[in-house]
Amino acid sequence: MENINKINRRNFLKLSGLSGGGLILGFNWSSCNSPKDITPIKTMPKEWFGINAFLKIGDNGLVTIYSPNPEIGQNIKTSMPMIVAEELDVKWEDVIVEQAGLNTEWYSRQVAGGSQSIRHGWTSLRMAGATAKQMLVNGAAKQWQIDPSECSVADGIISNKKGESFGFGDVAKVASTMEVPKEEDVKLKKTEDYKIIGTDRGNVDIEEIITGKPLFGIDTKREGMMYAAVLRAPAFGQKLISVDDTEALKVKGVQKIIKLQILQRQKFKGENVMLDKIAVIANSTWAAMKGKKALVAIWENTSPAENTISHKIALNKLADSKSKKPVRIDGDPNTAFAQADEIIERTYESPFLPHNCMEPMNFFASVTNEKVELVGPIQTPEWTRGRIASLLNLIEEHDPEDKDAAKIAREKAFAKIDLQMTRMGGGFGRRLYGDFALEAVQISKEMETPIQVIWTREDDMTAGTYRPAVHYKIRAAIKNNKIIGYHLIEAAVNGNMWSSLADGFPASGISNYQCDNHSLESNVSTGAWRAPYTNFLASAEQSFLDEVAQKTGQDAVQMRLNILNQAKTIFDAHTKLEEEIKDKEKLKAAKQGLMAKGNYEPDRFIAVIKLAAEKGGWGNTPLGIHLGFSAFFSHNTYVAQIAQVKIVDDVPKVDKVICVVDCGIVVNPMAATNLIQGGVIDGIGHSMFGDFTFENGQPTMENFNKYRLIRMDEAPQIEVHYVNNGKSPSGLGEPTLPPAGAAVANAFHSATGVRMYNQPFVKDNKVLG
Amino acid sequence: MATYNLNINGKMQTVEAESDTPMLWVLRDVIGLVGTKYGCGIAQCGACTIHIDGQAMRSCQLPVSAMESKKITTIEGLSADASHPLQDAWRQHDVPQCGYCQAGQIMNAAALLSNNSNPNDQDIDDAMRGNICRCGTYNRIKAAIKTAAKNS
Ligand code: FES
Ligand code: FES
Repeated sequence: MENINKINRRNFLKLSGLSGGGLILGFNWSSCNSPKDITPIKTMPKEWFGINAFLKIGDNGLVTIYSPNPEIGQNIKTSMPMIVAEELDVKWEDVIVEQAGLNTEWYSRQVAGGSQSIRHGWTSLRMAGATAKQMLVNGAAKQWQIDPSECSVADGIISNKKGESFGFGDVAKVASTMEVPKEEDVKLKKTEDYKIIGTDRGNVDIEEIITGKPLFGIDTKREGMMYAAVLRAPAFGQKLISVDDTEALKVKGVQKIIKLQILQRQKFKGENVMLDKIAVIANSTWAAMKGKKALVAIWENTSPAENTISHKIALNKLADSKSKKPVRIDGDPNTAFAQADEIIERTYESPFLPHNCMEPMNFFASVTNEKVELVGPIQTPEWTRGRIASLLNLIEEHDPEDKDAAKIAREKAFAKIDLQMTRMGGGFGRRLYGDFALEAVQISKEMETPIQVIWTREDDMTAGTYRPAVHYKIRAAIKNNKIIGYHLIEAAVNGNMWSSLADGFPASGISNYQCDNHSLESNVSTGAWRAPYTNFLASAEQSFLDEVAQKTGQDAVQMRLNILNQAKTIFDAHTKLEEEIKDKEKLKAAKQGLMAKGNYEPDRFIAVIKLAAEKGGWGNTPLGIHLGFSAFFSHNTYVAQIAQVKIVDDVPKVDKVICVVDCGIVVNPMAATNLIQGGVIDGIGHSMFGDFTFENGQPTMENFNKYRLIRMDEAPQIEVHYVNNGKSPSGLGEPTLPPAGAAVANAFHSATGVRMYNQPFVKDNKVLG
Repeated sequence: MATYNLNINGKMQTVEAESDTPMLWVLRDVIGLVGTKYGCGIAQCGACTIHIDGQAMRSCQLPVSAMESKKITTIEGLSADASHPLQDAWRQHDVPQCGYCQAGQIMNAAALLSNNSNPNDQDIDDAMRGNICRCGTYNRIKAAIKTAAKNS
């Protein structure tokens, strides 16, 4: 199996440092959404006993579970602890959840990104719970002087055959001193025995959210803290010539104005490239923002100012150019296209997109010689800590060749940095890039005071790491009304990130296939945006297939199933060889000449499509309702959608979307459904309205008056269904977004006969074709 | 700086602030009530919604100097023990994703319900259009408002 399912033994080392009861923060009784008929333990324990990095147990049986990963609204702060609680076999009502701090010794992959938290955590979280349970059982068995195998556990109670029992709290102390059991001595539950996984559990932060308690990074307050607003270049590719701060300094409350030391541009595309910054430090947010507005700065272009029209022309030119090195070729595409009865070719265009997290970027830093305290919303705490250590030159000189010395130097530096993760008001990829955290650190260091950097919405929208503008040209060679060749060409600003995309559907389902990519270098910073790589690819591909089906007289669903059936023959041939031949070299030789398989399992894809067709009434549409079908696999999850469009007052309106998902085991259906609905609505919103343009290097939209986000009256009802196949869970933060645009575009087409090739579909309140 | 006497959540409070400071920042920075959120600063997102004499208003647009003699209610003061029918409905439907917009959504919905105890879909859409939820929890917000209307 992949190494993500390999357990990191050091995660289970007993951590005596966790005991002592001093670690309780923000305790909240209703945290676990207790139904009325269950009485949770009502008092706090006198003493806590750390069992492992994921949990501690109180002397009265109360359990604290640490949620390791950053929470951005994907609800892992509830669902990750649920997995631990399941294997620990404790009542969810007796669980308190706390956000863990950054600790790379105890946890692996403390990242919110790629929809991977649950998938990666699945084994280690279960093992954490099960190992702790085994230690508690061993503790009880020791006291009873029996073999642990004679004990049984349910809901936090350990019983023996004589009818005696201990609560977890009774044996927590002994258990905490026991040896950590060997991996092979720890048994995981069977899925059919689950009591918590697969049930609806409310958000553990619900009380704080609905009563307005401090919870988010922006809510951070510290003694002596000052506020900083930062002015950046108005356009990409500019440097600062001069700044006049006379008026700004007159703003009451403004304390100081400093130029930030210029950081070197990182080598990756996601870094904010506006290097020159001027920080206004004040005793209130309002004063800082006002001071920033009063600055008069002169900027100069260091590279040509870019604009949307020239991006468009250049991307189209790239999409038309010949690729030097295709990403994937199967069969003989050139011949297929030469022999075709008909070639269908379409181009799809989409703009840059800002992330627009509801909570604008912000970060708290307090930098002293002894210690760096950081609090804030960040999807990549570990990486950011490393960058801050370098920024502050905390890593002592060492021989670069000497790995151990490097490790010691890093650890010493990291020991000085305390990074606390807060709940995030959205991430969507923007908070992978810690430029705002680095700003806070720089300012705090210079000011020698605790600082909260806060971005205005205008800062947030105009100094982004945008989803790159991307065009797709797709061509299909048609013979006898069948697709015999398929050619996908991507042209993206800064090269939309690729990875194994070329292996996605319909690859391996069409005999002659080619995929090319082109990059347009730009000085606009770009990066990951919810479902990077695929958020527009799916729209283009699934719209294209719909049109091909229509033009060749095929049913849109059946045509996809036909492609998948062909992919299945390839997939099965691979599986057969893999089962028969264990020797790697021989296997490789045997696979010579066999088409590479796709990055998806055709059977799972087929199942999800069939269920969507059934639930969405495909082929059986009531009068006045127009359907659009779309399906996509990404982030290890299979999704199929049917959008229903009605014509209301001569305007097409998306009324409802049926969304079928195969993400394996659904850990917390109530939360999963929320996330799925949100993903679909996000996909529809950005397809319909998302528009972000540049003039003279400068974004022309700065706030929600010009940049349109989907609102309640535009959001359709999303009906969610799951394929229940008991497979290991995969994530849901992203995969329901990519197919949504095409589901809507295809439904618009069946309602109006008009095809949507370019996003956004709606501009100046008119639906475009 | 000037001194203002404000009635916030039923309590008189004296604050010092510049006269043009929006109530949003007075609440967050001066008084320490951070439940009211900043999202846009230009009356476009609704994250900063509070009640002024029972009506939903955007606190990013209300200078503190105009707030004396008004009854100000924030999410922290919506109910004494988190038992407003909307708060109950929010629990029942597990509405939030990231949660950042939710205080504003609840405050706006509370004003809607006090003006219209039985809103239909259209009424809810019209009233809630001003509140953006970037996470897209609109289905649940609407369902929760209906539940709250039924239970109040
Ligand atoms: S912050 Fe006031 S409406 Fe957006
Ligand atoms: S729940 Fe995230 S913005 Fe509404």
